[in-house]
Amino acid sequence: MTRRSPKFITNSVEVVNLNTHFGDRQILHDVSLEVRKGEIMVIMGGSGSGKTTLLNHLLGLLSPSSGTVRILDHDLGKLSPMERQLLRTRTGVAFQSGALFSSMSIGDNIALPLREHTGLDPTTIGIMTRLKLEVVSLAGFEDLKPAELSGGMIKRAALARAIVMDPELLFCDEPSAGLDPVVAASIDDLILRLRDAMGMSIVVVTHDLDSTFKIADRICVLDKGRVLALDTVEAIRASTDIRIQNLLNRRTEEAEPDPDAYLRRLLGDSSNQPDGIRRT
Amino acid sequence: MNGGGGKNLRDFLDRLGRWAAAGVAEFGFAAALVGECLFWLAMGRKRRQPVRLAPVMAQAMEIGIGALPIVTVLSGTIGIMLAIQGIYSLKLFGAESRVTLGVAMSTVREFAPLITGILVAGRSGSALAARLGTMRINQEIDALTVMGVSPVRFLVVPALVAMMVMLPCLTLWADLVGLFAAGLYIAPQLGSTMGAYADEVTSLVQMNDMLHGLAKSGIFAVLITIVGVINGASVTGGAEGVGRMTTRSVVHAISAIVITDMIFVFMVTR
Ligand SMILES: Nc1ncnc2c1ncn2[C@@H]1O[C@H](COP(=O)(O)OP(=O)(O)OP(=O)(O)O)[C@@H](O)[C@H]1O
Ligand SMILES: [Mg+2]
Repeated sequence: MTRRSPKFITNSVEVVNLNTHFGDRQILHDVSLEVRKGEIMVIMGGSGSGKTTLLNHLLGLLSPSSGTVRILDHDLGKLSPMERQLLRTRTGVAFQSGALFSSMSIGDNIALPLREHTGLDPTTIGIMTRLKLEVVSLAGFEDLKPAELSGGMIKRAALARAIVMDPELLFCDEPSAGLDPVVAASIDDLILRLRDAMGMSIVVVTHDLDSTFKIADRICVLDKGRVLALDTVEAIRASTDIRIQNLLNRRTEEAEPDPDAYLRRLLGDSSNQPDGIRRT
Repeated sequence: MNGGGGKNLRDFLDRLGRWAAAGVAEFGFAAALVGECLFWLAMGRKRRQPVRLAPVMAQAMEIGIGALPIVTVLSGTIGIMLAIQGIYSLKLFGAESRVTLGVAMSTVREFAPLITGILVAGRSGSALAARLGTMRINQEIDALTVMGVSPVRFLVVPALVAMMVMLPCLTLWADLVGLFAAGLYIAPQLGSTMGAYADEVTSLVQMNDMLHGLAKSGIFAVLITIVGVINGASVTGGAEGVGRMTTRSVVHAISAIVITDMIFVFMVTR
């Protein structure tokens, strides 16, 4: 595959032995992964497996109970607030729900990072904003408010805002979930183009298998807060691990092996929590 | 351990402890927030994240101009009410000619700042809490953070500055309207004229009394903003949470205003 030919020098993201607790519930267990420069890493896993939690760690919105997160060669735990703010101008984030500022027009939303971080004059900012709107095929919508857009348009506008500063590293949470197949495919194409044209490293969290196989260079499979597998698309496809195969073939988990445990759970016996939410 | 009573007491102490800890944490958060606001005001330009004038002006319009009609109506009403009560009670010992002193002092030192503060807490403090709460649950605050834009600098400082400018202005306006309205009742009652009433007021009210009221309104401005921001920022649980925190912010802001007023008066006026 030609697209994997560039020599990767450093890692854009490095996570080492990350553990997270909410209260006394452990959510992530010893998660380690690295995202190489210029690659698209897809984080996948079942609902509640901890994908969003992991992403929030990468964004510095959560701090881990233990372990380190390095973004673009900076340890998030060791940065001063100012250094962290500076680092954040080099990354872009498209949230699952868009998180567009509802009081501002789409154009103002996309222009905001430029206005806040660059000294560019308004004309240039206007041009760059419209350029990014063209990229996500939203030209002409800049004066609308987020409430006046459809779900798919909001996702694309959020993506435009995420890339307006031409970041070195882009995070996307469920970029194509809930979109019609044509729009979903166009977002996949866009993500590939960003990687190819700008050399961005991209971390995508998704449920969508088709899109995963289309865009991923490598896949990280999370299961109940643990990294189940971290490998290339081909290797994941060829994996013999039953849980990975279940995920890939959309099979549900094996039937409950212990009817007594099932009964106890129904009766509300709290000493018998399922694996993912065992108290530690 | 030894029966239900002990357990209940322990539960109660446990709850009390948690409640106290949460209260202290909230105070700490408030102090840190004020500190951060001052930091951005002083250092924002140097950090290449200046506090911009446009959002301050927008907030000032919303807080100040929007509240003008209701402040006018209420301070006028209270001026007249104070005049009526003042004349009634002073008549009891034949001293109704001294009513202007009482009305002027209580309006300028107490009622104008208090009523304006309570009104603005209900109008703008709640709006601030609701706006921040909605932004929180829509992840707009997270979006600002990951963009490297400080939410405090971008959202809180403009509101704080606008509030600290507009609340004393509104209070000054309430002083004028309240005194004027009181005069409308007092002058005919005492058989004198508005001109004579105005002369009396200006000779009675010292700069010190005006400053007493305006300083309080400045403190109220900080209280309203910080209470609104803290409640808005700690919203969890969707639209219902926004409603709950908005209500809480109004109740807390008004309580804080009244209690602070009492403490201020106790410390300054003796
Ligand atoms: N703020 C929180 N407080 C307590 N527990 C949380 C919190 N956020 C997430 N969790 C728990 O962490 C676990 C992982 O959640 P997470 O949102 O990361 O899952 P996910 O993989 O993103 O799932 P989905 O695909 O459904 O979005 C869940 O069990 C959830 O209950
Ligand atoms: Mg999620």
